[in-house]
Amino acid sequence: MRARRIRAIALRLGGALFVLWAVATLTFFAIHLVPGDPAQAILGGPGSQAPQETLDRVRAEYGLDQPLVVQYAAMLGRLLTGDLGTSYSLKAPVAELIGGQLLGTLTLALAALALAWVLAIGLALWSSAPGRVARGVAGAIELTAAALPHFWLATVLIAVFATGLGWLPPVANGSASGLVLPVVTLAVPLAGFLAQLMREHLLDALERPFTVSALARGETASGIRLRHALRHAALPAVQLSGWAIGYLISGAVVVETIFARPGLGRTLLRATELRDVPLVTGVVLVVALVYVLMTVLTDLVATLADPRIRTAAA
Amino acid sequence: MSGAALTVRGLHIGFGGTEVVRGVDLDLAPGRIVALVGESGSGKSVTARALLGLAGRGALVDAERFELDGEDVRGAGERRWRRLRGAKVGLVLQDALASLDPLRPIGREIGDALRLHLGLRPAAARQRVLELLERLELPHPALTIDRRSGELSGGMRQRALIAAAVALDPPVLVADEPTTALDVGVQATVLQLLREAADRGAAVLLISHDLAVVSGIADEILVLADGTVVERGPTAAVLGAPRHAATRALLAAVPTEVPRGVPLLAAARLADPGARVAGSTPPAQAAMSPTGTAPILEAHGLGRAYRSRGGDVTAVEDVSVALRPGRTLGLVGESGSGKTTLARLLLALERPDAGVVRFDGAPWSELTEAARRPARRRIGAIWQDPYGSFDPRWGVARLLRDALTAGGQPGDDRAVRELLDLVRLPAALAAGHPLELSGGQRQRVAIARALAARPEVLIADEPVSALDVTVQAAVLDLLDELQRERGLAMLFISHDLGVVRHMSDELAVMRHGRILEQGEAEQLFAAPQHAYTAALIRHSPRLAWGGDAHGTPSTR
Amino acid sequence: MSDLELRAGASPADAPRSARTREDRPRRRRMPRPSVVLAAAFVGFLLLAVVWPGLLQTAPPDAISPAEAFQPPSASHWFGTDESGRDVYSRVVAGTAPSLLIGVLATAIGLALGLLLGGIAALGGRVLDFVIGRVNEVLFAFPGILLALLVIVLWGPGPVTATVAVGLSTAPGYARIIRGQLLAIRGSGYVEAARVLGHGRARILAAHILPNALVPIAALATLGIGQAVVWASSLSFLGLGAQPPAAEWGAMLSAGRTYLGTAWWLTVFPGLMIVATTLATTVLGRALTARDGARR
Repeated sequence: MRARRIRAIALRLGGALFVLWAVATLTFFAIHLVPGDPAQAILGGPGSQAPQETLDRVRAEYGLDQPLVVQYAAMLGRLLTGDLGTSYSLKAPVAELIGGQLLGTLTLALAALALAWVLAIGLALWSSAPGRVARGVAGAIELTAAALPHFWLATVLIAVFATGLGWLPPVANGSASGLVLPVVTLAVPLAGFLAQLMREHLLDALERPFTVSALARGETASGIRLRHALRHAALPAVQLSGWAIGYLISGAVVVETIFARPGLGRTLLRATELRDVPLVTGVVLVVALVYVLMTVLTDLVATLADPRIRTAAA
Repeated sequence: MSGAALTVRGLHIGFGGTEVVRGVDLDLAPGRIVALVGESGSGKSVTARALLGLAGRGALVDAERFELDGEDVRGAGERRWRRLRGAKVGLVLQDALASLDPLRPIGREIGDALRLHLGLRPAAARQRVLELLERLELPHPALTIDRRSGELSGGMRQRALIAAAVALDPPVLVADEPTTALDVGVQATVLQLLREAADRGAAVLLISHDLAVVSGIADEILVLADGTVVERGPTAAVLGAPRHAATRALLAAVPTEVPRGVPLLAAARLADPGARVAGSTPPAQAAMSPTGTAPILEAHGLGRAYRSRGGDVTAVEDVSVALRPGRTLGLVGESGSGKTTLARLLLALERPDAGVVRFDGAPWSELTEAARRPARRRIGAIWQDPYGSFDPRWGVARLLRDALTAGGQPGDDRAVRELLDLVRLPAALAAGHPLELSGGQRQRVAIARALAARPEVLIADEPVSALDVTVQAAVLDLLDELQRERGLAMLFISHDLGVVRHMSDELAVMRHGRILEQGEAEQLFAAPQHAYTAALIRHSPRLAWGGDAHGTPSTR
Repeated sequence: MSDLELRAGASPADAPRSARTREDRPRRRRMPRPSVVLAAAFVGFLLLAVVWPGLLQTAPPDAISPAEAFQPPSASHWFGTDESGRDVYSRVVAGTAPSLLIGVLATAIGLALGLLLGGIAALGGRVLDFVIGRVNEVLFAFPGILLALLVIVLWGPGPVTATVAVGLSTAPGYARIIRGQLLAIRGSGYVEAARVLGHGRARILAAHILPNALVPIAALATLGIGQAVVWASSLSFLGLGAQPPAAEWGAMLSAGRTYLGTAWWLTVFPGLMIVATTLATTVLGRALTARDGARR
């Protein structure tokens, strides 16, 4: 049993490493198969009219004169040491650039994830409550929340709470109050998704025979929902956490831009606009790493929480 | 005895204007087991739930008297019921896999009642649960207490479920179909535990659709039909001299006692069960072919394993069977014994890892699918879930037409009508959708489809397990009759020994993927060679008349 | 014989159950819920705005009249006017076609790829299933618009790239769901029954697997359009998709953001259109799924 579990974990980690390698390889070849001269991009795009010797110098400096396979091997070797290359636009090591931004974005994403969970649990419990009106209203809220685009929600929140009521700052200023609107913007649509998923499983759990058994032992209606049904509802939502973190980080691209908050998302957008390939690749790789780690983690949590998954995998 | 544990007079339960229970009287006394028996839809389950105030939202429960442990509970609100549930009345539902929360350790599930009613702290509750597990003979209580239901064996799981219901020794214990869909060994455990609970002083109400199950354990039987008790009395009296048609129908539906070849429903018309067992002659015995006929479908040394992450799981190992025209081979075994895999191998839906299947003296399992296809119409199949075997977009007529043309028959309206007639369904059903049919009607349509191409072999995998007992009896009669009419070679698979015995000429007992023994059905029953077969026969619920003169061996 | 056949034909035990299922039927076929009617009506409005925008517009969408700039919503300008005095409502109507087009095309691309990958994975044998499973796993590691941004950095911004990018990033999700659906159908009792009857692969595919997969996939596509519109308009909002002065909703919203303090209607109404579109497609997709599920 124990050996089997260790093997399962090893398999899972091996799969995660494979995904990271594939992501790196895919981005590398995609970039090099696309027309366009990286040396030109480094020098500020085709419009820069850089002289040939400058181009040659840049190519040698970035290793662009080597055969593709050599460049690929060099890239993998650098990745293993944590070196993500040098940004074309900022002329600084990508790893450093990302390192400086990662914490801010992770804080934002994790705070949003936590808030989304709180909102989703509340919504799911409410919308699965007896009574058609409560169900209808909560269901409509979930549906609408999930349909809200980040950029619009952010704009409306700023209009109401910052420029309108003046309660909160319209831009992130480093204070805790500056974090409120960005976190809410990211959390609300995610809460809508999670709540829909959780309600479905909550209602399903409430119809299973074990709730009748629990009632027959004298359990209260709220005890059933909190002690039994909520576990069943939370599990699939926990398993989505990897996806949720990815969703939040990609939402951070919009949110950080609107709230002028420094972070990975804004860096990614600027790098995209400037076609800074190493920087974009670096950010994508780091996000993939976060996603993969989160997936492995949630898989482990789910396996511990639900013996049925373990037996199914065994 | 301090008197009745539960007294109910004139219980009425209605849902939105329709009364489903109409004037039921119940008396439960400590130490006695009362069985409430009826078809699904007779109102027995809702009666059971009403005894715990769990009849459901929108249910209107009304009674002239409703006393639980001396307390009048008429019109009790949810708060009062919560205080009573678990403390004064416990409930055991059927399958523990579904009735215990799969995400919580059983210790927590069992401890719930202690926490809720005695306000015990976790440590104290745990101690009490350990004692309870000990009492109910769960092995290794200290380990088991932290396991979840899915991690336990079937028998242990069922013990845990009962432990949760009797944690506070409630004076009344209601068991709602506690043995349905369980393997016979586990079934016997459950019945024994209920008996023990009664011996400790509980008044037990056992709800079941199966008279054979209750006959060995109940002191008194109430037969419910259409929301009213149509017959009640001591077990021996009700079984020995049933007065009401509903009772006789339920009795007849127990196939164990009816010899091979005698229609179950015809037997139902005979009032005296003694005469039915001894007196009637099988009308079509002569039509059955002798053992000597050459087999049409035979398997030699079949093996099949499934690869899974934890290693290979052997589903079927070294199995040899032979189906002969006009004869039925019954295959019996507990769930997971490999019965269905064997059926799939014979149908060539899967390839064996070892051994061969031969059909009509020619290769079958070794053929390519394309080479096999023309001969496929010669083997028909029916499954436990007929609805799942119908394309959800198709109506009855289209299903049957498809089967007719696949077998090279004309697929016109007349042929469809004839097929429906064959399985005793009105022709008007052709225009319908399987969704609109009852379970029995669906299985009839499935049989019609299987026989459309005039096959020589019929593989029936648990064809009646999902049906009500009397519907089951009608479908079994139909299958038996069609088999004789058409001289089919049939493989009849079931977990229910009684059903298999009634249907089969030969019998094979399967366990852990192997066939333990095989032989003429009656011979095998009379003198089982294998200890497992003997246990299966012993545990298999059979009508017990309370030791009366009919000489039927009783279970326990 | 009569007694036996009577009982067999309609045994009393059968009766209550069949009566119950028959009662269920009309309830399933009753009038659609009000939310579904509303959603269908809104989709109808959108389609009209695509096919014949002039019918719905109250003013030419590009007519500039500086004198009428920044007028709040009123009877003559339902959604107000923008910085150049253009009628926001008419511009929102005009923006329906480009906004929806990106969403629908992106969904079509994603769905086509998803069908291809999911179909091969489900029906093409174990090796292909394994390979596609791994490919999908890798693509899932580019969450949300990350894959889209990668595509844009390689091919440069613009509406076409944005469409392809959103399509690509939704494909792995579709592939996974479609694979699951096809596998469920392939392993279903009725496909097994068809094999036992002697039907061939091609016939089973054409008669059972594809028709039964059609409705769930259509529902999936309907659900997907709403999300694709959101992603595509997000890219436009970021300046990576359709560019202002195009009347695409995301681009309109982006342009109106400058005047957020003074003219909220410039951002609120285009955004409401996106939200309403997503809501309507979600409600319709769910209704389709539920109707399909009721038969199973």
